[in-house]
Amino acid sequence: MTGYILKRIAVAILTLLLIMTITFLLMNAIPGSPFLTEKSTPEMIAKANAKYGLDKPLYIQLWNYIKSYLKGDLGTSLKMQEGTPVSTIIFHQGKFELSLKLGLYALLLAVTLGIPLGCIAAYNRGTWIDGFLRVITTVGVAIPTFVLATLLLVTFAVKLQWLPTISGSLTTWKAFIMPVISLSFYYLCYVAKLTRTSMLDAINQDYIRTARAKGVKTRSVILKHALRNSLIPVITYLGPVMAGIITGSFVVESTFSIPGLGKYFVQSVLNRDYPIIMATTVVLSALVIIMNLVVDIAYKIVDPRISLTSKEV
Amino acid sequence: MSMEENRKLLEVKDLKVSFFTPAGEVKAVDGISYSLGYNEVMGIVGESGSGKSVEAYSIIGLLQSPGRVTGGSILFEGENVLEYDAEKMRQFRGNKASMIFQNPMTCLNPVYTIGDQLMEALTCHDKTISKTQARARAIQMLELVGINNAVKRVDQYPHEFSGGMRQRAMIAMALICEPKLLIADEPTTALDVTIQAQILELMKDLQKKENTSIIFITHNLGVVAEICDRVSVMYAGRIVEQGLVQDIFYRPQHPYTKGLIASTPRLDEEDQERLVPIEGTPIDLLNPPSGCNFGPRCKNCMKICLREKPPYAQVGEGHISACWLHFMNRGSREAADTGKENTANE
Repeated sequence: MTGYILKRIAVAILTLLLIMTITFLLMNAIPGSPFLTEKSTPEMIAKANAKYGLDKPLYIQLWNYIKSYLKGDLGTSLKMQEGTPVSTIIFHQGKFELSLKLGLYALLLAVTLGIPLGCIAAYNRGTWIDGFLRVITTVGVAIPTFVLATLLLVTFAVKLQWLPTISGSLTTWKAFIMPVISLSFYYLCYVAKLTRTSMLDAINQDYIRTARAKGVKTRSVILKHALRNSLIPVITYLGPVMAGIITGSFVVESTFSIPGLGKYFVQSVLNRDYPIIMATTVVLSALVIIMNLVVDIAYKIVDPRISLTSKEV
Repeated sequence: MSMEENRKLLEVKDLKVSFFTPAGEVKAVDGISYSLGYNEVMGIVGESGSGKSVEAYSIIGLLQSPGRVTGGSILFEGENVLEYDAEKMRQFRGNKASMIFQNPMTCLNPVYTIGDQLMEALTCHDKTISKTQARARAIQMLELVGINNAVKRVDQYPHEFSGGMRQRAMIAMALICEPKLLIADEPTTALDVTIQAQILELMKDLQKKENTSIIFITHNLGVVAEICDRVSVMYAGRIVEQGLVQDIFYRPQHPYTKGLIASTPRLDEEDQERLVPIEGTPIDLLNPPSGCNFGPRCKNCMKICLREKPPYAQVGEGHISACWLHFMNRGSREAADTGKENTANE
């Protein structure tokens, strides 16, 4: 297990290097410069470029990024908060915390509501409950986040005025409601659909009949024997969900004016603030990689047949 | 014989089970009756779709929708289990009557250890038992069914067991509450022949040790000969012939049973004769014929066979057969319950 985790960490470092290279090339492919304003002259831009080393060849610039990242230095902002270390901007101004909080609540909602709803649908297969849930989840999977977010905003904030239009730093529970729902609804519906399908599959397995033949209570048959088996595909899906919830927060944070990392990331791209683009990408990628590792380990815990390393068999 | 041995453990009377499908009612079991004594092994033989498993499932209330018992009674030690409510049926299942199934590869839950699953069979009927006691009992049961190194094996998962070992574990699980009745639904069908023999040997052995009555469902006549005291032959939802195992094998009376035996290869036969198949296909249970269900495939079919269902004829001591042929040389139906009818009418 330890060996496996070490191996995964090594692979993760390589992956991050690759991500850095691609991000670097992409951000240099966008026209424009962080120092380009109405007032700036070519001389001023050249001077600023020289100051931050942007006049050097690309491979040197990339190497500089990698060197400083290996030392744990994420660089300093070029424009948005000029001179402030990027690590301070991301981790110490509440941005990362805000996005993480939003993402985790959304994930929690998707899992804690999606799995039971899937079970309820499967258990009541063919009844109106199942039909109703099927309609809702299909709609949920079909609606894009930005449409749902806007619809919620128009209905509950503008028309009914129950909830605030600007969620801001999510200081009240009311501010949380719409962003969390818009961020998680797609995943909630998907998890519910997935759970229903795999639950139905599990219920018809021979070992369920065995459990019933032993005299196990219906509740235990469903919650113990069927659910744990039906969770395997759901857990597999949770890896991509983590990624989706993080990237999805760009849209949600912009719609609800939440000063999180997602919103800041979009702004950093618009401002060509290269170190911030790079740092945000790397931090978010690292998060996704960690979550995938967690999911893989969870997978192993739920299903003993899975061995993480080939040697374990 | 003591009183205990005289009494019946299980009495199935005129049991009817139907599946209500969109196409109509399928009478999977159409009025079968039999009884099972204490310590007795009854074989139920029949081809696929003859209703043998459905009949067994209804005993322990495992029938799945759209299947439903539509008539008759199942008396277990004098109590009609069909009248049990859900909770009483749950307490009955696994505790007084338990079941093992055809495919041991898929019958154990892959995500729990063998020990967990064995212990669960115990703890869901006995809340007072401690975890340590349950575990000790699970290990003891695994040893009883011949699993080596049970102390280590108890913590393994089903995928670490071979097919034969899984069936052994299933048997251990079924017997852990010391049920009076074990229903074995084709327990050896999915195993290869050497393992089949071992499992049969084990079941015979355990049957003697634990004094369990067994209903052994199979389509394999060889297995029946090996383990059963009595045999019921089922065809299209009805028992066509019932008797002691030696009567069924050496003095079969019903044309279907004769056909089954003629179509089974034998090693002890002097001259290796060709196997004789039973021509035709089973009837459509959605539209059963008004006469004998086997009529359309029977070589000896007469006019009456296509008109009316045959009653049972007593053809020997504890040996009955449902065929019009048995009544022919008497010329009347009154013969149904009397005396011996022999192969003379063949």
